[in-house]
Amino acid sequence: MQIEYYIYLSIALFCIGVVGVLTRRNAIIIFMCIELMLNAANLLLVAFSKMHHLANQATNANAGIDGQLFVFFIMVVAAAEVSVGLAIIVMMYRNIHSVDVNFLNRLKH
Amino acid sequence: MTVTQILFGFLSALALIGALLVVISKNAVHSVMWLIVVFFAISGHYIMLNAQFIGIVNLIVYAGAIMVLFLFVIMLMNLNATTEPQKNKWLKMAGVVAGGCLLLVLVAALKNAEVRGNIAQTKDGDIGLIENLGKALFTEFVVPFEISSVLFLSAMVGAAVIGKKGD
Repeated sequence: MQIEYYIYLSIALFCIGVVGVLTRRNAIIIFMCIELMLNAANLLLVAFSKMHHLANQATNANAGIDGQLFVFFIMVVAAAEVSVGLAIIVMMYRNIHSVDVNFLNRLKH
Repeated sequence: MTVTQILFGFLSALALIGALLVVISKNAVHSVMWLIVVFFAISGHYIMLNAQFIGIVNLIVYAGAIMVLFLFVIMLMNLNATTEPQKNKWLKMAGVVAGGCLLLVLVAALKNAEVRGNIAQTKDGDIGLIENLGKALFTEFVVPFEISSVLFLSAMVGAAVIGKKGD
């Protein structure tokens, strides 16, 4: 499969995530759109790692394995980020009874 | 059209439609469901690229754990579509235009890139198998692996402290 198809797919997913972050006001949906962007980047990393492997497998049998390990670490960091972020959203809902990001622009209530 | 191309087209269409519906859906629970569809499609892409470990981890961690966490939080909050305040129509349009401009710039930047035409290896190549990834993870990448365990511990403590009642 040509690499540019993967690049175009990842760009489209990333831009949909950007549009979601810019147009929605619900903090949870904004969070989900960030996850969408992270996944677009992960898909591109895996596709490039396989492209690199195909080009360099004669000299190095493990060529391109770094890309897939980076994806693994991105998933680890994303899981930690989601747990803390959702705790912050729950606390915010408990205080101001809303998850609208426009109420948060003063950082106090 | 080969089988690989048909599968690629199907999974890509599924991912794009799901992503659009995540953004469009009024109900937050529907957004979560469509996001799960997107994650399944992306896992299909990983498995097509023979990155089996990443594909399974994507399913378990994202579609399994993280999405359940999102669903729990949404159901705790009792959100419904009617009370969600709508953004100004012009602001929404500005957001869509900005995203579209980003898409245009990125696609245009790739027009004459030298990476075009390279092949991403599908169905062959064994770097995505658990054996090879595990060997690299516990030899070359063992320090970041241990640091990420510390990160997880601090995230766990942080989530518990932030979510505690009566501060």
